[in-house]
Amino acid sequence: MKESFIKELTAIVGPEHTLTDRESLVCYGYDSTPELENRPGAVVLPASEEDICRILTLCHNAGVPVTARGSGTNLSGGSLGDAHSIVIQTSRLNRIIEIDEENLTATVEPGVVTSAVHRAVEAKGLFYPPDPGSMNISTMGGNVAENSGGLRGLKYGVTADYVMGLHTVLPDGSLLTTGGKAVKDVAGYNLNQLLVSSEGTLGIFSEITVKLIPKPQAKKTMLVHFPELEQAALAVSHIIAARVIPATLEFMDRVTIKCIEEYARVGLPLDVDAVLLIEVDGHPAVVEEEAAAVRQVCERHRCSSFQTAATADEALKLATARRVALSSLARMKPTTILEDATVPRSCIAPMVKLIQETARKYNLTIGTFGHAGDGNLHPTCLTDERDKDEIARAHKAFEEIFDAAIAMGGTITGEHGVGIAKKKYLPRLVGESGIRVMRGIKQAFDPAGILNPGKVF
Amino acid sequence: MDYVKLINCMRCGMCLSHCPTYKETFLETASPRGRVALMRKLSEGELEASERLLEYLSLCLDCQACASACPCGVNAGEMVAEFKCEQKDGKELSFMEELILRKLLPHPDRLEAAIKPMRVYQQTGLQKVVRKLGMLKMFPKPLERMEGLLPELPGQPLRQAIHEVTPAAGAERGTVGFFLGCVMSLVFSEASRATVRLLSELGYRVVTPKDQKCCGAPNVLAADRQGLLDAARFNVDLFSRHDVDFIVTDCGGCGSELKKYGHHLEGDDGAAAFSGKVRDISQLLALHVDDLKGKLQPLPLKVTYHDPCHIAHCQGIRMEPRQLLKMVPDLDFRELAEADACCGSAGTYNIEKPEMSDRVLRRKVENIKATGAEVLVTSNPGCLLQLKKALSEEVSPIRVMHLTEVLARSLAGER
Repeated sequence: MKESFIKELTAIVGPEHTLTDRESLVCYGYDSTPELENRPGAVVLPASEEDICRILTLCHNAGVPVTARGSGTNLSGGSLGDAHSIVIQTSRLNRIIEIDEENLTATVEPGVVTSAVHRAVEAKGLFYPPDPGSMNISTMGGNVAENSGGLRGLKYGVTADYVMGLHTVLPDGSLLTTGGKAVKDVAGYNLNQLLVSSEGTLGIFSEITVKLIPKPQAKKTMLVHFPELEQAALAVSHIIAARVIPATLEFMDRVTIKCIEEYARVGLPLDVDAVLLIEVDGHPAVVEEEAAAVRQVCERHRCSSFQTAATADEALKLATARRVALSSLARMKPTTILEDATVPRSCIAPMVKLIQETARKYNLTIGTFGHAGDGNLHPTCLTDERDKDEIARAHKAFEEIFDAAIAMGGTITGEHGVGIAKKKYLPRLVGESGIRVMRGIKQAFDPAGILNPGKVF
Repeated sequence: MDYVKLINCMRCGMCLSHCPTYKETFLETASPRGRVALMRKLSEGELEASERLLEYLSLCLDCQACASACPCGVNAGEMVAEFKCEQKDGKELSFMEELILRKLLPHPDRLEAAIKPMRVYQQTGLQKVVRKLGMLKMFPKPLERMEGLLPELPGQPLRQAIHEVTPAAGAERGTVGFFLGCVMSLVFSEASRATVRLLSELGYRVVTPKDQKCCGAPNVLAADRQGLLDAARFNVDLFSRHDVDFIVTDCGGCGSELKKYGHHLEGDDGAAAFSGKVRDISQLLALHVDDLKGKLQPLPLKVTYHDPCHIAHCQGIRMEPRQLLKMVPDLDFRELAEADACCGSAGTYNIEKPEMSDRVLRRKVENIKATGAEVLVTSNPGCLLQLKKALSEEVSPIRVMHLTEVLARSLAGER
């Protein structure tokens, strides 16, 4: 990094928000992606939309690449830059600008933490459903850039389903405003949706307007044990076939159950193939009806136990197993590789089976849990980065798992993004024409290629 | 440091939202994940123990909120403390450390004698004069801060005033050994008196060995391992001479250290048995909620509770204090936002890192004010000192009480 360039950056955000020391750069050399590391040349923390515009103008003129970062919980390496680039951390843009109760929208700055939005809107009886696993620290900007999902995806959709308007700083420092509070808007291309899941390659968000819905009045939580995997998977499909869309429909496999019991002892049986955590929500009368329908389907599929929570405390208890699933797996070994291969709902059973067979074939421990309702599974490989041989086997296993997901009509990533980690698989999924169209879009937004280069394709 | 501990961090970032210094700065270097990364790169030889690196690490409060949040069981706070110990290993204690850790703390009588002039200073009105004239500005900053924190001292430290054995009121159900914390005994003796009263009312004979010494937590802060081991050895042997069912403390800091004696004196059965008997006062009281229910009388106060780090994060106790407070008839309990976030006291942090300590404290005070409570309850002397000072300076001051003071007051029917 040239000294004069750093000086100009400092002039925009101040010395305490311009980081160039070795120690700081080491700490921005990672995000949550296992194994990946790359240090940026500098990090800046702007405080306003105007700051971002000025930084991008400066970078545009100097030809310095820029990577946006929120809290650095990205799981595909998308928030990492290299020595020739700078990282813009948006955390200081953390104001909830407005909650509009007439139009049911919330307008926030990109550094606002997802769960802070939940708290603010729920205090007004409203609901913002996307709830990625990292919601207590992930930022709204990151959620939009990655199109984050979460547990409630099946019934309520993902981040893309809620984005109504965006302020995006383009690579030359100019500001693009798309969408707004109007529910219907067909003026020109739907640029909002193009920018969602662009992974920081098309622009940097400086303001986000999302749709809100009324908060469901009631909720019922159920925990169901299934001795047979196929029956659990069939139950998932048949619950939905029975016209019930649960808010949560989570799955845990045998390996995950064993790890949960070893770590948290929540009282799961060790002789079952699968456990489902199911939540239905909505009007109290409908909730009762739906819970009864869920019970019927589960019993038809030979569940060995069906627990329903009577109180909020009991609901929390039933959900404990799912809540500690990742922790329980992660504590087993130093390195945890968490993936998000996703298949159509009807393929859950064959996919879980394939993951288990692949784990056996490569002599690996892989626990699978995830969002069964939307086919978004999290096969989680427990390994040790010092064991190079095992790591190599893990990569081979995941390659087979991704190929199988593609073959079943699924995808290589349901909610983590492509970033660096899944770049090599993207052409297999979208084909040559898919890559060609994406390159064309990238060219239109960022002809000089300074926004998050080397990511996605 | 064990390398596996360093690579156990999977960098998920779950700790960030719980780390007080990250929440203030948004800097990765001021986050638990960043601190682990710095120590890891240091151990891998990519970084040196530069002044800047040590400065970044020293911003850690060691509140261990990160450990409560970590999915993989990494305790970044403890690791930073361990790292500081290793850095210091073999080096001599400074003059002040030698004085406080070796010459004063292990000898309660000397410690009590040393604090006496402070009481005179307050009682003669000298403190008021000194404060009014701003004379403290002439002294080094840390001294000025220390002076400001000190509340009015009791007439006599509890260790001197209390009988070695307090009988059970009514039928005796068992015996507890009472571990007096230094600061509790010297400064908050009223709260500890309340603790003893509650135990006695519940049918416990309370044994308070007079020879007990500081638990050793200050030695850990100063990376003085030998001092810690000496303290542990002494207290284990002392309490083993009394036949007690539990060892109770009303100091969060002491409690979490005493529970680690078994680990510190590894392989020593006596130490393991000692640690196994240690209970925070809230844990013991929560065993007898049914008995208490009949005895507690109305106390119409609006109350909120601040979780001391040493109680919530180090000992995992969150439910019991709330359960006990909610049992008091007419008491209006209000949950505090970010209740288990550090208050910025953190051992000697508020003296050593005043700027960050004040920022962390400010956030805590704003959250407390937002509850509308008249009384803030907590149960650790560091938090009591820090919050008493801060909340007394507010436009509408909020009283600060130890958990046992509130319960004892309700028990006695005092309004």
